[in-house]
Amino acid sequence: MTPGIARYRNILDFTLRAMLRRRGKNLLVLTLFTLVIAVFASILLFTRSLRHEAGLVLKEAPEIVVQRMVAGRHDLISAEHVARIASLPGVRGVAPRLWGYYFDPSANATFTLVVPPDGGIGEGKARIGVGVGRSRKLFRGNTLVMRGYDGREHALEIEALIPEESELVSSDLVIVSERDFRSLFSFPSGRATDLAVTVANPREVGTVAGKIAELLPDTRTVTRDDIIATYQALFDWRSGVMGLIFASALISFALFAWDRATGLSAEERRETGILKAIGWETADILLMKFSEGAVIALISFLGGCILAWLHLHFFWGSLFGAFLKGWSTLYPYFRLAPVIDPYNLAVLFMLTVPPYIAAILIPSWRAASMDPDTVMREQ
Amino acid sequence: MNHMRPSDGLFLLLAYLLLWVVLLCCDATRRSRESEARIALERTIVRSYALTDLCLSGEARYTRHLSQADIHAPFQDHPLALEHFPSGSLIPPPPHLARRTTP
Repeated sequence: MTPGIARYRNILDFTLRAMLRRRGKNLLVLTLFTLVIAVFASILLFTRSLRHEAGLVLKEAPEIVVQRMVAGRHDLISAEHVARIASLPGVRGVAPRLWGYYFDPSANATFTLVVPPDGGIGEGKARIGVGVGRSRKLFRGNTLVMRGYDGREHALEIEALIPEESELVSSDLVIVSERDFRSLFSFPSGRATDLAVTVANPREVGTVAGKIAELLPDTRTVTRDDIIATYQALFDWRSGVMGLIFASALISFALFAWDRATGLSAEERRETGILKAIGWETADILLMKFSEGAVIALISFLGGCILAWLHLHFFWGSLFGAFLKGWSTLYPYFRLAPVIDPYNLAVLFMLTVPPYIAAILIPSWRAASMDPDTVMREQ
Repeated sequence: MNHMRPSDGLFLLLAYLLLWVVLLCCDATRRSRESEARIALERTIVRSYALTDLCLSGEARYTRHLSQADIHAPFQDHPLALEHFPSGSLIPPPPHLARRTTP
């Protein structure tokens, strides 16, 4: 062991012994700091996972959705628009989308009815999301009865439940055939809810969307990038709100740490004076105080990150998962893919560890630079 | 007789915590691998049914299909209707609405 390292280890041993003498106070700081870091790490990791999953899943959303507006309300779009959009250069295909909402009084929930663009489901059949199945206690082979807009009851046989692993996108879905959809909602023929446009060159999506808006001034377009950006903004917003709520905890801790650090106890000041009197340099005392701060901050940071991970992936983020994910009558149960973002962790580290060490060092530096005689006579 | 120094105890504790971090990283890798199949399934469903939104809050059309909301969405009930769903406070307006001047 080089003399430098041996010397530092001696100082570290001395620091740890001094910390153990004040173990109650240090344990309190350690616990509070760990909890504060655990909360913020949970928020960061959870949001990162949600953003990551939303970004991956929505990459398959339609490239451009075209909706017709009438007096500020979304209106049905006619088949005539399909031909006009398809004639635009750069457009590869236009598919009418048929979807709508059905309020189910017995489940007190709203289902989203969707017709697959490629057909793929027989008349009189339905495929339902697990949330719908849960709320109506329906299984494969049962019958889903819905009251149509013509006042008649429409019975659909449950062909299958959409696998529960996909609840994040499918919890409230009821997949039906075009004929059943039109008959249930008395939906006029030759009309669709909106249009999904496919573009030949993905780099031209913005240009094509602009051309559609110019050609059809009564419509609005939503591109895939808009959809993805919407969800990124949603989770950023929620983590921001969550962060604001817990910021009070962080500020309280900062005040506590600052108060504790600035008001060095009589014992600590006497200890500093004695150390200087017996020949310790100011630099040695600062090194001791730095070690004290670093020990607490490092253990808290590692412990906080571990607690955050356990909270998110072993306790399903139960502390604030519902807030970050959202809520609805057909609440989807879903797990998220874990994402460890070194950037986020580095930001968390920089926001917590160096300020804490600084809060310990600054008042100690003031005490360490005073004359030892003055410090000891202050008692 | 060799006495354990306090710094040895600290290094042991830090090594123990780092071991936990390494184990949790392994857990993350395993969970990521497991979730690949689930995400592939979700992507297939989004593609096959031409879906646009995640199923997060189903209380209003502009929270269920957030990306399809237009600037009039929260005011559909009557002119000057105030936002009355709780998730409306937790859901920001889609950024593309703020960028455009037309609905």
